[in-house]
Amino acid sequence: MAATAMSITIERTVQVETHRHPMPPRERLERIFSVEGLDALYGGKPAIKNVSMDVYKNLVTAIIGPSGCGKSTFIRCLNRMNDLIPSFSQTGTIRYHGQDITDPGVDPVAVRRNIGMVFQRPNPFPKSIRDNVAWGLKVLGMKDNLDERVERALTQAALWDEVKDRLKASALSLSGGQQQRLCIARAIAVEPDVVLMDEPASALDPIATAAIEQLMHSLKSEYSFVIVTHNMQQAARVADMTAFFSISRGEEGQRWGELVEYDATEKMFTAPADKRTEDYVTGRFG
Amino acid sequence: MSAHSLTKASLRAEGLPRRRAVNRMMESLAWLAAAVAVAILGVVVYSVARRGAPALSLDLITKTPASFSLTPVKQGLANAFAGTLVLVGLATAMALPSGILVAVYLTEFARPAIRSAVGLALDLLNGVPAIVIGIFVFGLFVVGHGQSALAGSFALACLMLPLVARATMEVLVLVPSSLREAGLALGVPRWRTTLSIVLPQTIGGIVTGTVLAVARVAGETAPLLFTSSLVGTKVSWNPQHALQSVPVAIFELAESPDPQDHARAWAAALVLLLFILFASLAARWLATRSRSRMGASR
Amino acid sequence: MSAADLTPTEPTRRPFTGRRVHFGDLALQLVAGTAAAGAVALVGLIVWKVIDGARPAIDNYGLGFVTHIAWDPVKNVYGAASFLFGTAITSLFALALAAPLALGIALFLTELAPRVLRAPVTALVETLAAIPSVVIGLWGIFVLGPVLRDHVEPALHDTLGFIPLFGTPSSAGPSVFTAIVVLTIMILPIVSSICRELFLSVPRELKEGALALGTTRWEMVRGVVFPYARGGIAAALILGLGRALGEAIAVTQVIGGGVFIHWNLFEGGDTLASKIAASYQGADSNVQVSALVYLALILLVFSLLMNVAAQWIVRHVARRQGVGLDRAGPG
Repeated sequence: MAATAMSITIERTVQVETHRHPMPPRERLERIFSVEGLDALYGGKPAIKNVSMDVYKNLVTAIIGPSGCGKSTFIRCLNRMNDLIPSFSQTGTIRYHGQDITDPGVDPVAVRRNIGMVFQRPNPFPKSIRDNVAWGLKVLGMKDNLDERVERALTQAALWDEVKDRLKASALSLSGGQQQRLCIARAIAVEPDVVLMDEPASALDPIATAAIEQLMHSLKSEYSFVIVTHNMQQAARVADMTAFFSISRGEEGQRWGELVEYDATEKMFTAPADKRTEDYVTGRFG
Repeated sequence: MSAHSLTKASLRAEGLPRRRAVNRMMESLAWLAAAVAVAILGVVVYSVARRGAPALSLDLITKTPASFSLTPVKQGLANAFAGTLVLVGLATAMALPSGILVAVYLTEFARPAIRSAVGLALDLLNGVPAIVIGIFVFGLFVVGHGQSALAGSFALACLMLPLVARATMEVLVLVPSSLREAGLALGVPRWRTTLSIVLPQTIGGIVTGTVLAVARVAGETAPLLFTSSLVGTKVSWNPQHALQSVPVAIFELAESPDPQDHARAWAAALVLLLFILFASLAARWLATRSRSRMGASR
Repeated sequence: MSAADLTPTEPTRRPFTGRRVHFGDLALQLVAGTAAAGAVALVGLIVWKVIDGARPAIDNYGLGFVTHIAWDPVKNVYGAASFLFGTAITSLFALALAAPLALGIALFLTELAPRVLRAPVTALVETLAAIPSVVIGLWGIFVLGPVLRDHVEPALHDTLGFIPLFGTPSSAGPSVFTAIVVLTIMILPIVSSICRELFLSVPRELKEGALALGTTRWEMVRGVVFPYARGGIAAALILGLGRALGEAIAVTQVIGGGVFIHWNLFEGGDTLASKIAASYQGADSNVQVSALVYLALILLVFSLLMNVAAQWIVRHVARRQGVGLDRAGPG
């Protein structure tokens, strides 16, 4: 089926053009994450409460919402990165292909092997460009055809042409946008199943941002993406499914994040079911 | 070979069991290293306490060592304790003002080039072995004049200077420039601002640094071997004489064949250790107190 | 009284003319500057005085002193070679033992220890550094020495005796081996405390970036933390080495003395520093004193070189990484 260009008009915000293949019906989508009743707490204080949603394969799923609504906390639960924070605790289940990864018996190292992450600020290793990509491959035992793997990852990250002549140069000599693409190459080189992205373009200029959005689009067939973004237009551009988190308040003034609505992106932006979603996407608050 | 081709996505792990085993082994080694360090500390402190406590008595501080005596006589190390007081006291009197002045110069007046040159000199001074400092002062003051506590104190002061200067500098740079500017804006001259406004803010850090330097230097033996070791057994407070000190006394008693001397050495070591531990704790307490006070004043 | 006298009283103003620089400022700058100059001069004075004191020996024995194995106050024949060897062997072995321990402790304190243990254990390791060398030496003579002599040395000799290092244990007790163990204990806290601060300074994003790939903690440490801290670790090791070769008291208490070069660690020996310390009472003749100062000169040269090398490494290797990271923009 040919891609139909859809024009989404969001009241009082910028007109956004997207070219998107229409999503297959929900029943035909393969579930990779099944989150049920997830609560995440720092030092006993809840950051997110009662999040339940399914993430589907080979789609770009965006998490949007105002600052402080727990988007980063949520996404970091998906690859057990929050384990690194000493005061963190969680309840609820996260099933990855049916297996509960919150179970204490599951090794977070194995989880992260399959679920990669790109961070908000580019964090390349103080190594050469090539070694940034090759290091993970070597440690994880993917040493065969190392050079081809490196080239493939850099090509997929749309960085190969810019660095192919200086693979030995320090990664720190690249620009911010290039460094972020290097981090993406590094993450996909080890062939994860899912790539989590925590506001990957927030530190980048518009051109670099566009490059990264294009990346997600072209790599969707091989990986599944979950991207946190504070930029609604970005979500409208790249995401197939969008989840909207918002801040709820308690009686004693505590604040935590909750999943308000989760649906296909067009629906979220054109005909959201929840008033809070509508308020957010129309810019009435947040 | 991509994740796409996996029919059932299990949690793949190439060689993970082996990698996990290596990780666990390395973690155990790190735990072991820490345990070894703590154990060594424990063993040393325990040995000193166990062997020193029985010989610990007031006599240790009040009686002097007996010179040749056929009848058993209560012995002590009064001359050593007195000497250490004089030596450390004089050394502090020498090093404290100079250290503060050096720090003041480096933070308030010096250009960056001078600052790094003097800083380098301080670091080099810090790195000169204590025994070489002893030889240096020996050549400077002892040759031709004989040993004296003054020479010994000077050697100790050379060790203290970089420590006091560095500690003072660390707190001087913490004083916000707004404070200095406020003083200057009132029309108070620079020297007055520095002495009456800036320096008082740093007293906590200076005291902490000095206490630590004193603790360090009270236990130093090497600088005193060639400057203040040919001593008598009587208690003397005269800095022009060579005075006995606690670390040198321990050093000499340890070599003696008499087990009673060994017992006295352990007792003196216990006193020295207690003093140093107490001084370190006091310095740490002072540091946290002054840090919170400085934080509160912002 | 004329009207001219009735001028309205103005608050007395000091004129803006006059000295632009206050006398007090000049005085403070002068006094403080003298202190600073004095500190620099002190270093120079040390070098000069030590060279001066060694001059008679230098004139007498020349550079051959460094290769001559002898120390005879009776015949006035002196040489530093055996002490240089002793210094080298004790310091290098102590560093070899202390380095992995120090790295392990630093890793433990920054990555592995439960939060509640971190501060206490850090304080304990630092307390180890505060113990005076004479006390460690005392403990070495009466506690460590006998244990090593009676149990460890024979065991090592029995199992690894084919290595010349582990030859026949001497019956006397004091040995180079004991000195090595004592030195290891003494340099351990410095090296580990510098490494600990280095590891703490590794940016969290870097470590998370490695872990997010699915690497184990050790792999992350080996691949990211160590390379990042590489320069600082080298500087820490050099500083530890410098500390080891300058240690006189504890070493002389446990090393036993001797003027020969031999590989057997279980016999006695002497280092530059320990020989100087051991001779403090006997040195009578000017020749002998001068020979001792010659030893001190060699020691001084080595420590200064180590110190400068450590500084250079910190300035050049560590800085390069800092500059690179700054270029990435925010964060």
